[in-house]
Amino acid sequence: MSLFRNIVFTAVIAGLLSGLLMTVIQHFSTVPLILQAETYERAAPEAGHGHSHDAAPAAGAASPAAEHHHDEEAWAPADGFERFIYTAAADMLSAVGFGLVLIAIAEALGGFNGWRRGLMFGIAGFLTVSLAPGLGLPPELPGMPAAELGSRQVWWISTAACTAIGLGLIGYTRSAVLAALAIVLLVAPHLIGAPLPPTHETDVPIELHARFVNAVYATNLVFWAVLGTLTAVVREKFRAGEDIAARPAAGLASR
Amino acid sequence: MVTNSAASAVSVSASKIIPLGMTALLGLFIVGFVGFSHLEVVHNAAHDTRHSLAFPCH
Repeated sequence: MSLFRNIVFTAVIAGLLSGLLMTVIQHFSTVPLILQAETYERAAPEAGHGHSHDAAPAAGAASPAAEHHHDEEAWAPADGFERFIYTAAADMLSAVGFGLVLIAIAEALGGFNGWRRGLMFGIAGFLTVSLAPGLGLPPELPGMPAAELGSRQVWWISTAACTAIGLGLIGYTRSAVLAALAIVLLVAPHLIGAPLPPTHETDVPIELHARFVNAVYATNLVFWAVLGTLTAVVREKFRAGEDIAARPAAGLASR
Repeated sequence: MVTNSAASAVSVSASKIIPLGMTALLGLFIVGFVGFSHLEVVHNAAHDTRHSLAFPCH
């Protein structure tokens, strides 16, 4: 159990710190653009209210920009400080979750063995979770048209899984056949293609969306690099109770 | 160095499989809850996070 406890402890520390940093960066990069986009969303009221998310595809033909709305009945944090606090909490929680998965994969593949491999795992996380799914489903602003949520989530998760396995095969195997399989896994989701909205018409200016896409990628790249490096550094500090003999001695020596 | 890490990757000891599997599942559950839950309240609370992480939203 000490391994599980140490990993959870590491992920919580690294996740809270990197999630907090991400919240601060987002506050100046992505969130202002989201708020700006919401003004366009609210400016088209006939498209925005009344139907639930599940009913969106049916209404989509009549009002393509209607996918996003804030239901009157459902609770939502008040704009301003409350919204910031919930965003910060969700950021840190996601970061802890990403950290747990990152450490589990790294440990299964022989451990971090220093901050440098942690940084590389972080970059791999960015490629897997941000860039690869973003090639098919670019970061969306509120008020932008999109295909049905369920099918996009399936494509997103499949793409992330294929990319993770592909990167793992490239990094941790030495066979040409497996490398070829890795390329297939990396490319296949994009050949199949992400679910597209029926129309691309939106009130959100394309210039605003372009700035948002840039801000999302830049923010996530910094976040993943920090998360990967921090998990590797903190992981080295907390090894209490783990069997020292089980550690690959050669890996430690090579550092 | 590279061959060492590759060798240790193949031989993940059986005692590690369960804690590592539990860790990964816990992490996926957390990310799934924050980023993919269809609950309206969770969506609203994590709204800006979902957009900023480029999760599918709405």
